[in-house]
Amino acid sequence: MNGVHDMGGMQDMGPLREEKNEPVFHHPWEGRVFAIYRAAGAWRKWNIDAARYSREVIPPAEYLSISYYEKWFIGLEDLLTARGLVTRAEIESGKPAVGSSKATPPLKASQIHDTEALGSSTKRNVPVAARFQAGQRVRARVINPTGHTRLPRYARGKIGTIHLDHGVYVFPDTNAHFKGESPQHVYSVRFGARELWGEQANPQDAVYLDMWDDYLEPA
Amino acid sequence: MQSSRRDFLAAAASAAGAAAAGDLPARADDDPAHSHGHTHDHAHQAVPSDMALRVKSLESLLVEKGVVDRAALDALVDAYEHKIGPRNGAQVVARAWADPAYKQRLLADADKAIAELGFGGQQGEHMLVVENTPSVHNMVVCTLCSCYPWPVLGLPPVWYKSAPYRSRSVIDPRGVLREFGLELSDDVEVRVWDSTAELRYLVLPERPAGTEGLSEAELTALVTRDAMIGVAKVSPRSGGAA
Repeated sequence: MNGVHDMGGMQDMGPLREEKNEPVFHHPWEGRVFAIYRAAGAWRKWNIDAARYSREVIPPAEYLSISYYEKWFIGLEDLLTARGLVTRAEIESGKPAVGSSKATPPLKASQIHDTEALGSSTKRNVPVAARFQAGQRVRARVINPTGHTRLPRYARGKIGTIHLDHGVYVFPDTNAHFKGESPQHVYSVRFGARELWGEQANPQDAVYLDMWDDYLEPA
Repeated sequence: MQSSRRDFLAAAASAAGAAAAGDLPARADDDPAHSHGHTHDHAHQAVPSDMALRVKSLESLLVEKGVVDRAALDALVDAYEHKIGPRNGAQVVARAWADPAYKQRLLADADKAIAELGFGGQQGEHMLVVENTPSVHNMVVCTLCSCYPWPVLGLPPVWYKSAPYRSRSVIDPRGVLREFGLELSDDVEVRVWDSTAELRYLVLPERPAGTEGLSEAELTALVTRDAMIGVAKVSPRSGGAA
């Protein structure tokens, strides 16, 4: 989706402000939103791509005016309801529906150390042929999907060079919509800054993007 | 997800009604993401009037339904507030400076080398370490969201997640670096790594001159978070988590 989240290359978004001695969470509720998202994620009712998409569909004016964890909260409520862990009515009342049974949380405090240390890889050990090799010239496809994609607008149609083959990973464009993992190779692709931005860019600078096979065509 | 978007919009409409009827949204004045000049004297479409209350209500509901365990939430917050942070990455950098064989392993297979120091996992399952030299400067961004290598740097600072950084890092990296106080000469190659997939990047900064006699622990203390994102260099006198 050509949403406002895809902001690479936009200008005039204001100055950078670095906060000295910044806390991990600015308010206790931010930590709770983070933790709820991680703990509820253990039900495996959604995946990381669906979670990203839940934040991308926040209306653009709002997306730009709210904080990171406010976006997480909105996306979290959307995921919890869309995937059936709670109902909107329960969120509004703050109480479980009458007659609903209590579940057993899949994630216990004693497991946190191990689950965080293990992570949740989206790399897949399946034999899928690579369409490209290191050193090959490629063009990022011009596509404008209305759903989730990790191909930023600023790279579409641009020519780059395969730098590395990272191996086979889950494909976000299908996975975000629960339409399968479509595992395929992901490459680090080097784009010259002038290819992306024209004469104003420094000629030896470059931007490296990680791109799935389906985002690329031979050039 | 079209239907879920409709759900979201319907919910947004009801939240907007609630916000209009109640207090205006409380803003975090210390949050740079908000500091682009406009005043927040209008009701946001879906911003809850009081995030603390909304989150508390959701947490209570989820605990009562058995969706989440409250002690697990406490443990997660504690892990990211106290255990998983940029001091981990600083240890990796200092080891690479102190031990050339480790540095080779780190650049060749970052996951294994970082695991040697006991780090790894969520949002750092697949890492790449990129090395700064006198002729190449690397910096990391996520233009599409805010991907960041949690096991070695912890959760990202507000500026990394902000629109100014996400938008401009790729089109004007030298301007962004200048705002961080780092002026690079034209003949240095700037490489910007946009974290668009599930690879996570850690910059290995240049070891500052004059640190030859320092122990690995002393080197660790010099390494800053910003240097490991690539928006700063390590100074022989700098240090601290940021």
